[in-house]
Formats: sequence, C-alpha cells, structure tokens
Amino acid sequence: MEMGAKEKNQQLYKPYSSGIIAKEPPSSWQQEIQDLRGSASCLRSEPEFEMADIFYFCRRGVESIMDDEVTKCFSAQELESWNLLTRSNYNFRHISLRLTVLWGLGVLIRYGVLLPLRSEQHTGRICNRGSKIYHIWLTLKLKFFLSEKVHLMCYRICVRALTAIITYHNRENKPKNGGICVANHTTPIDVIILANDGCYSMVGQVHGGLMGMIQRAMVRSSPHIWFERSEVKDRHLVAKRLGDHVADKTKQPILIFPEGTCINNTSVMMFKKGSFEIGCTVYPVAIKYDPRFGDAFWNSSKFGMVNYLLRMMSSWAIVCSVWYLPPMNREEGEDAVQFANRVKAAIAAQGGLVDLIWDGGLKRAKVKDAFKEEQQKLYSKVLVGEQDQGDQSDNKLVEDENPKEDKSHQDSTEVQ
Amino acid sequence: MGSSNSSVNNIPNAQELMQETGFSAAHILRLHERFEFLDKHKCGQLRLVDRPTNQPQDFGAVQELALNPIGDSIISAFFSPGQETVDFASFVRILAHFRPTDRNQSRDGAQQEPANSSIRKLKFAFQMYDQDRDGKISRAELLQVLRAMLGIQVTEEQLQSIAERAIQEADLDRDDAISFDEFRKSLEKVDIDHKMSIRFLR
Repeated sequence: MEMGAKEKNQQLYKPYSSGIIAKEPPSSWQQEIQDLRGSASCLRSEPEFEMADIFYFCRRGVESIMDDEVTKCFSAQELESWNLLTRSNYNFRHISLRLTVLWGLGVLIRYGVLLPLRSEQHTGRICNRGSKIYHIWLTLKLKFFLSEKVHLMCYRICVRALTAIITYHNRENKPKNGGICVANHTTPIDVIILANDGCYSMVGQVHGGLMGMIQRAMVRSSPHIWFERSEVKDRHLVAKRLGDHVADKTKQPILIFPEGTCINNTSVMMFKKGSFEIGCTVYPVAIKYDPRFGDAFWNSSKFGMVNYLLRMMSSWAIVCSVWYLPPMNREEGEDAVQFANRVKAAIAAQGGLVDLIWDGGLKRAKVKDAFKEEQQKLYSKVLVGEQDQGDQSDNKLVEDENPKEDKSHQDSTEVQ
Repeated sequence: MGSSNSSVNNIPNAQELMQETGFSAAHILRLHERFEFLDKHKCGQLRLVDRPTNQPQDFGAVQELALNPIGDSIISAFFSPGQETVDFASFVRILAHFRPTDRNQSRDGAQQEPANSSIRKLKFAFQMYDQDRDGKISRAELLQVLRAMLGIQVTEEQLQSIAERAIQEADLDRDDAISFDEFRKSLEKVDIDHKMSIRFLR
C-alpha cells in the first residue's frame, strides 16, 4: 500500500474548486457593473448611478449566505469519492450492502490493527526522546552534532508512528542556516513532517504542563524561540529575537507558519507580515496532504488535541507532498505586505491551493471595517469612472488590515 | 456533522418546500446544512439581533456579508416585519427567489406566482431600497442606501445630486418617491433573471 501511495504521489494535486454554488470571480465584478448599465463607459464629469446596481450587491450578499469562502476553509475538505472514513462523508446514507461491509472491515483494520501499532510506537517515541535529550545535555562538546542526529531520529520515529508517507520535492532548495522557513499550516503535524527532513528552530508560546516540559527539553538540544505570553503582544521584541536568531549563521533556520491558524489545506489565507519584515532570506515550503487517505486538518474548535491524534492514528495513512521552493528575498521598493503576498502566491501555485486574501484570524474574530471601506471605494470608483485604477488589488486590502491581533488566541507554533 | 445520517426525511415539511420553491432534494439538504451551521444555538430558528449588543446575531457569522454595503438590508429581508426569528421554511422561501428562472415553465392562471419569477426578484431588490416597506422608495431611503454603498468616498453634495438624478429619471408621477411600478419600468432593459440568479453546482 505504501508503494502504491508513493506512486500516486507523483500526480499533481488537483486544485480545490468545488463549492455548492457557482460564483463569479471577484476580479470581474467591475465588468459586471458596467454590463448592468448596458451602455459603453465614457468618462463622465458627474458620477452616474443606476438603480440596477443594487442587483450585484444583492446577489453577492445572498451568495455569501448560501456558501462563503471563509467558513469553507475551516471545515474538512469534501471528497469526490468516499475513502471509507465516515468522518469525510457528509451525506452519509446507505448505498449498498457491499459498501457497508467494506466500511465495517475498514473500521476493524483501522481501530484494531493500525491504531494499537501506532500508539505503541508513539509512547515509545516520547520515552526515547526524553532519555536521548537527557544524555545530550550531559555531553556538551558533541552537543550540536549529536543533537541534530537525535532530532532527526526522533522525528522519523514520530513519522513512522503516524504512518506518514512524505514525498519531498526539490530538496536542493532546503532552508539553510540564517533564514526563515515559511509554510502553509494545516495541522500541528506539519511540524513533524518538516522536521523529519531537517532541523529547524521552532517559534511559539511557552506552555505549561506536558507541552512546557517538552519545550524546555527541546531547548536544551538546539536553540528554539519560546515566548512568554506577555511578550507575544510586543511585536518589536518578537522581531528582535527573530532577527538575532537569523543573524547568527550557526543557528538553524526558523520555522514559521504565517497564517497564524490551521486552514483546511484547500487554500492559503493571508500571511501575517511580521516574519517578512525581518529582512532575511525566506524559504517558502508548500505542504499538500492527499485527502483520500485521511483528513489531516485540525479543526481546533471541534476536536481537542487528543481526539485529533486519535483520528490521525486511525486513518489509513497520512500522505503528503512537500515542495521546497527557491529562496526569496524582499525586493527594492517592496514592503513587507507585498512580499508576504508574493510568497503566498508562490506557495499556493506550487501546492495547487487557492490563494485567498482573507485573514485566518477571521476564524475567531469579526471582519474589520477596513474591508467594508475597500468595497465602498471600489464601487465609488466605478461610478466616478477611470481614475486611479492602479493599485486596486488585494494588496490594498491587506495593508489596511493592521496586524495588532489579539495574540492570546494563538496556539504554539503560530507566529506573527 | 459528517457521520450523522442526514436525509431529506429529517427535515420538516421537506416535500412541501420542494414543491413550493422548486429546489431539489439535494439542494434542500445543502441549505439545511447551511441553516444548521448558521443556527449556532441549535434552536431551529435564526435570530435577527443579539439583544444586549444589537449586533446581527446568527447572520453575523457570515464574514463576507459583514462587508457587503447592503448586508444589513439583506439580513432584514429574511425577517417579516415585527418578527425577530426565522425558521428553516421561511429561510428557504426567501432563498428561492434566487433560483434561476425556469425558461420552459408554463403555468395556468390558477397557479401561484413561482418564487423565482422576475417579479419576485424585482420585489426583493425593491425591498433593499424600501426599508420601511411602505411600497415607495422615498428620497431619504435612497440616500441611505447610497450612503451605505459609497461610504465616505463621495461628498454629501455628490450624494444628493446622484439621488436627485435617480429620482428624476425614475419618478414618473412626480410624487418625489419611486413606487414599485416605476422601479420596474426603469429596469425594463435589465436581464433580471440572469443578474439575480444563483446556480447550484450540484
């Protein structure tokens, strides 16, 4: 089955395009308003308004009631054909006896065979890692060399525990020291998948309890950046620490997920500009999971961590592709936001994901008024005629959005 | 949600709704899922406002609607005057207005006007302007809608002149307000069926 999966991995992933209603792409809506008028658009001195203009807004509004882009990103992706996991079937109904029997068999295998095997490996991993790190701490001289080896070994064990089949593409572009690795975020397992192939420094909030213990253990073997809760709010402090880390060329590249939250792997949401302001080389990485073998998306509002891990270990497998993209640097005259968008577009293009302008923080917060203003600006420009069409692009929307987010919402490996 | 056995039979009055609105069973199911998603409190009804804060309640969950200039008008279109809740049947009935018109539909005089006819679509659009539902779009109402659509991008004078011209063009009986018939006449040339229809993909 592994071999089969590896072969299938070679195919390109189809970009996710299905929704329940047919929608016009937003870029053509100005054209639509012109069409509504019927007449050719000539420059007028006075703004001209038509009663029919309201139709466009009506329709968009009702369309969004029926089905909107943002909520689609935060629920598991729908599959075209069922993969025998009830969790990925929305219209579960009895089709045939044979299918039900097959499903029953699948349940037996997944919960009776795969799950116990994996959880055994999982607990083995934690003990293993714990003891190894303790030993590393004692032998300081060989510290970095050994820690790298151990690091890789531990993550490989994790990967086996989850039966993750990962295909790495373009390994020549792997992130180097003194850079920042940037990837799209679907699940906490992303970390394991990337760390399986190289050593990174993690960034995140200091936790208490078991997570905190693990964090402290990790710091002993290699430099990671953990923030206190209060520090997270102070952007300058965050930027400074990141900057110091990348300036030191002996330190591993930093791993950052700029979306700030888990998205369901069909699209890429807005990247927070913080990590792009530091001014070092950015190594983009695109991660795409194959939805047929198991849904990797962590819907944090629906499941807790334990429930999620259980689901992960009882799916068929976790099959994914990792593409290392060529390093990017900020160009002359480009600000952090434009740079972030450029990187986002590259990642989306490579992974076959939809490139969205929406902020992942919308999962928890409301839309900002700046977006509404932007809509009004666009409409008024249509009325007044061609003036400065120029930068009427997504960049403006992202700029208005001031990332003074409420950091207390963020989970561990998410960073501004 | 994924593993629950959902069928049209679980939805009350599904068959009647299908007949009345013309939606297929699959569409009704989809809309029901959507309704349940919006109904965060699981009480079978969508609510207009959250009393303490006066913010849009259940429809507020739709992010894209929040930035639609006439978002609030669209939300109130779902609620009958004086009502603060809407159940699934009414939800579907309003959405039925946006079903594409059936070209080959022939009906006898006894049948009721189908939900997705051009007249119904026009009525919906008219309601966006005519907030107090008195059957006429007054100058004040027009100004309000224009202000919502344009925000701070145009000045008060520009706004007044836009409203003035719109009323002059459409108001045929010179009563300084636009009635539904005048509204309809001014939009004779517009392909309403196409502009106000939403197609289901599956």
